[in-house]
Amino acid sequence: MSAAYILLCFVLVLILFSIIGMLAMWVDRKLTARLQFRVGPPWYQNFADFIKLAGKEVLIPEKANTFMFVASPILGLIASGIAGTMILLVFKTKTVFPADAILILYLLTIPSLAIILGGSASGNVLASVGISREMKLLMGYELPFVCGLVIAAIKSGGSSLSSIIQFQEQHGIIIGSLSGVIGFVIGVLALQGKLGLVPFDLAEAEGELAGGSLIEYSGLLLGLFKLTKALLLVVGPLFLISLYLGGINISSPAGIITGILKYILILVLFILIKNTNPRLRIDQTMKLFWGWATLLGIAGILLAIAGW
Amino acid sequence: MNLKIRALKKSLWVYHMSGGSCNNCDIEILDCLTPRFDIERFGMVLVGSPRHADVLLCTGIVNKKCVERVEEVYKQTAKPCVVVAIGACACSGGMFRDGYEMGGPLDKLIPVDVYIPGCPPKPEAMIAGIVKVLEKLK
Ligand code: SF4
Repeated sequence: MSAAYILLCFVLVLILFSIIGMLAMWVDRKLTARLQFRVGPPWYQNFADFIKLAGKEVLIPEKANTFMFVASPILGLIASGIAGTMILLVFKTKTVFPADAILILYLLTIPSLAIILGGSASGNVLASVGISREMKLLMGYELPFVCGLVIAAIKSGGSSLSSIIQFQEQHGIIIGSLSGVIGFVIGVLALQGKLGLVPFDLAEAEGELAGGSLIEYSGLLLGLFKLTKALLLVVGPLFLISLYLGGINISSPAGIITGILKYILILVLFILIKNTNPRLRIDQTMKLFWGWATLLGIAGILLAIAGW
Repeated sequence: MNLKIRALKKSLWVYHMSGGSCNNCDIEILDCLTPRFDIERFGMVLVGSPRHADVLLCTGIVNKKCVERVEEVYKQTAKPCVVVAIGACACSGGMFRDGYEMGGPLDKLIPVDVYIPGCPPKPEAMIAGIVKVLEKLK
């Protein structure tokens, strides 16, 4: 596999996944609106938002560190793009591409770190409150998420993403077992935190923090953050699908259709959790993640070792 | 009409700024988000930071304390942006015209694009005003 081919895949993933991600964000907004008895935005809404943001003035605050301020949205976008490329290549080539689940976990952390970097570079007080929450949130959900990953790794006997998928092709999907269910539940919760959806949207709290860590961002840079979020909304669920739901077989049409169904299932789960829960305070969030989510994760690991 | 303006027309993000209103106009603005009016179907959302905003909705007479702040918020908004004066107070000063705290009206401080009179204006009136904004953005 040549570098040019991987680069091509990367560009493809950036375009394709951001389109899918923006449509998924529309599904989120529309469903939320319908659940609140509203009409909701038209399907092209997020595209219009992005084009509009791209055409607007970019303001860089006086106190900001210009380089970090501009670089961090790009960093986040590239990291989530690379994670997406790896997952896609694993789906496509099965064994050849050596992508490790732990590496993807790291890559998925970078967008959150980018928000933290960008927020702290902007020199705004409210942004600093936002990033302190974002940091705590990051440390919070990462721990149970790792537990969930360990469950999948123990079940399949290796943390390489392709070996996890191949194991599931031969022995049935991991979510079919009790520990797999636990891992999936934790994974969904952690991703909800990573995507900043409602029970865990305290870093971007529109109400009291006026946009939180992104408060000083405008124009294209804000658009890049939105794009990163759209990408994560695809890459995150795909990662979960490959860990617990057997991956997606993109070489046959039937595989693609079941893959889309799996994706929609996870997306709807996210939206339902988002719409039925109020926002948690940071201490409640930490209690949830480091408390029972981690305990559940450890129980899941023990179950996985016992072979359940 | 180029793509930029077309996208802008479909996705107006609204920042709500109170320059010393009696709070009634602000409540009517929030009414626009309720299921009955639902401005999100036109792509409008309320944002928390002027940096993200395309439309500044200003309410109130802009009292002397608020003058600097209103000007500052206008400067911080990413251009192109539209300024809408909501309510009799922001348009002309209304019944506080001769008040000792009067620092406005709004158009003395920053360029205003649309005036929506009323005390407070109905959500329908605001939506009609926003439609005028859309016509203006060409
Ligand atoms: S216009 Fe009327 S409702 Fe609006 S702020 Fe002024 S007094 Fe209050």
